[in-house]
Amino acid sequence: MIRTPLRPLARILPARAKGENPDAIERENIRRRQEEMQVKARARAESRLLVLSLSFLCAFVVIGGRMAVMATSEPSEPLSNATGSVIANQRADIVDREGRLLATNFETHSLYAQPTFMVDPQAAAKGLAQIFPDLKEERLLKDFTGKRKFVWIKKKISPEQKQAVHDLGDPGLLFGPREMRLYPNGSLAAHVLGGASFGKEGVNSAEVIGVAGVEKQFDGYLRDPANGDKPLQLSLDLTVQAAMERVLFGGMRLMGAKGAAAILMDVDTGEVIAVSSLPSFDPNDRPRPSIAGEDPGDNPLFNRAVQGVYELGSTFKIFTAAQALDLGLMNPETMVDIRGPIKWGRFRIKDFHNYGRALSLTRVIVKSSNIGTARVAQMIGAQRQKQFLASLGMFDPTPFEIVEAAGAQPLLPKNWSELSAMTVSYGHGISTSPMHLAAAYAAIANGGHYVSPTVLKQDGPQLGPRVMSEATSAAARKMLRMVVNDSEGTASFGEVPGYSVGGKTGTADKPKPRGGYYENKVIATFASMFPTNDPKYVLVVTLDEPEVYTLGENRRTAGWTAVPVAAELIRRVAPLLGLRPQVEPGQSGGVSLTSN
Amino acid sequence: MRSLLYILTTLGVFGLAFWAYRENYTTQQVLSDTRTLQRQIGDAQVRLSVLRAEWAYLNRPNRLLELAEINFSRLGLLPLRPDQFGRVDEVSYPPDPLLDITNVVETSGLEEQTP
Repeated sequence: MIRTPLRPLARILPARAKGENPDAIERENIRRRQEEMQVKARARAESRLLVLSLSFLCAFVVIGGRMAVMATSEPSEPLSNATGSVIANQRADIVDREGRLLATNFETHSLYAQPTFMVDPQAAAKGLAQIFPDLKEERLLKDFTGKRKFVWIKKKISPEQKQAVHDLGDPGLLFGPREMRLYPNGSLAAHVLGGASFGKEGVNSAEVIGVAGVEKQFDGYLRDPANGDKPLQLSLDLTVQAAMERVLFGGMRLMGAKGAAAILMDVDTGEVIAVSSLPSFDPNDRPRPSIAGEDPGDNPLFNRAVQGVYELGSTFKIFTAAQALDLGLMNPETMVDIRGPIKWGRFRIKDFHNYGRALSLTRVIVKSSNIGTARVAQMIGAQRQKQFLASLGMFDPTPFEIVEAAGAQPLLPKNWSELSAMTVSYGHGISTSPMHLAAAYAAIANGGHYVSPTVLKQDGPQLGPRVMSEATSAAARKMLRMVVNDSEGTASFGEVPGYSVGGKTGTADKPKPRGGYYENKVIATFASMFPTNDPKYVLVVTLDEPEVYTLGENRRTAGWTAVPVAAELIRRVAPLLGLRPQVEPGQSGGVSLTSN
Repeated sequence: MRSLLYILTTLGVFGLAFWAYRENYTTQQVLSDTRTLQRQIGDAQVRLSVLRAEWAYLNRPNRLLELAEINFSRLGLLPLRPDQFGRVDEVSYPPDPLLDITNVVETSGLEEQTP
């Protein structure tokens, strides 16, 4: 490039000759040179900006396009990732404590129709009515020939039915895959399992949702795809549950009861090994819930063991006795005045029989004296009694993990007066579920710790806060043992050789729906633990309206009804639990010193 | 020298293109194999879950109880009773095996002959 000199002689000399300032020429040239440089620099900067903006545009287009593609594409599993090849169940299984199946899924099909594609609606309706006897031909024909474009016919059909429908050969009849919940054991543990049904339904799939029991309580866990191959393990034992339901059903029939409930609970872990409520139902085919006007308590869906709150009667006496021992107010031999009846306003407390003037605390429990227990409650006082029962969990719904348990709010006296304290001491005026009672008896059985009943398998003892001292619980167990093995005890039919059963009976009149009590309808309860020298299990048996004709009269008390059923249950169930019968120490006393 | 470099580069490009072509097809093959395998695994799992359900259904306690009752004359099965627990020392062990007779003593000659 030819640079123009700043002071070209050709211009300087004529300028000097004219007397002009040659510096002006130099400045002029400098200015021109700078102008040229500016133009060049601007052009360069502009081209750079253009390139930069183009590359930014490209980047934005690529990112935006990728986002659009990702937003519109169907999701798919990463194929190359081999570890993710476990194809999860739609809903996790439920198994018992030994891993035996209680609930699983089953592939089946649903049947629907698209009448617009139908070749011969008459023949299709006729064929379907033959395959499914519960469908009406006229109704189907009306659906197929009407304006509808889509008709659900059956939600679940078996493979045989599917083949039969297939053989009809109508292109308007279509199948959709369905996963259904199957309970292979039928009505066993029905109240715990609950049941499942379909939620949102589409042609290609349907949501399976739990409607009751653990299925509903753990719906989130069971539906989580991450848990597809991790079954929910319950604390129930299938064989024990089966034996319990069979014995309880037989007992309910023999005793003429209209309902029954039983709970078998591990006293250290709080695991419920078996729980049953009769009458029962089949969770594969849940009956309809009770409609208005019916007593929901009579519906098979009603869980008497967990949902039902009843006055459980004299079974509560042991709590009064245990509290008196724990507070140091009494010892098992302290005499209690049982002269009666106690009159309190218009209320009278009386005993089933007249037991005399005074009994020791142990005999009050053994003979089940209402008056004696009421006197002990007076010594304890309403406030302390309330605290003690609250610590046994009697004031709140049980934490048992089925949805129905949360509804079992105990019914308590509104105003905990001295009279309330006296009636509550023998189990009247307070309504709890049998599950509450089992948890409270477990506290006596395990040495004085509250345990919360659970339906999930536990790893070890789950002892809660201490509610009574070790010595108190031992003394209470001794009293409960005497209720069974003493000749005057109310539960003498409860003796099972080798298992050292201890327990307390309770017979409470049933309240009428409109207030007052029935004369001849009772709830008979036997709350027991075995073996009493080292309790492992608590068993609560409740019979609703039992009545049995024995030894010349109709008998309704728990000693004649619930106790024999409980004894038979223990006889059947204890060997299944692996409990070896033991010879009790110090009971024989056969050797006596004689001299001649 | 320069032309040699050109030839080598061209050959390199050919080689790499061929390698990429083959890799592409092997990848697609592996993916389709994986898909087939996963479908097979899925089918097997469905079959397995059906079999498990059937096993549980056939072993349901009520059915076993009925079977035990039907076959009572042959099997004589009854519910477990408390008195059926045994202790280990009640188990009779098989008798100790006889020691091998190594040095035989001929005794028949000493036996008294009775008519």
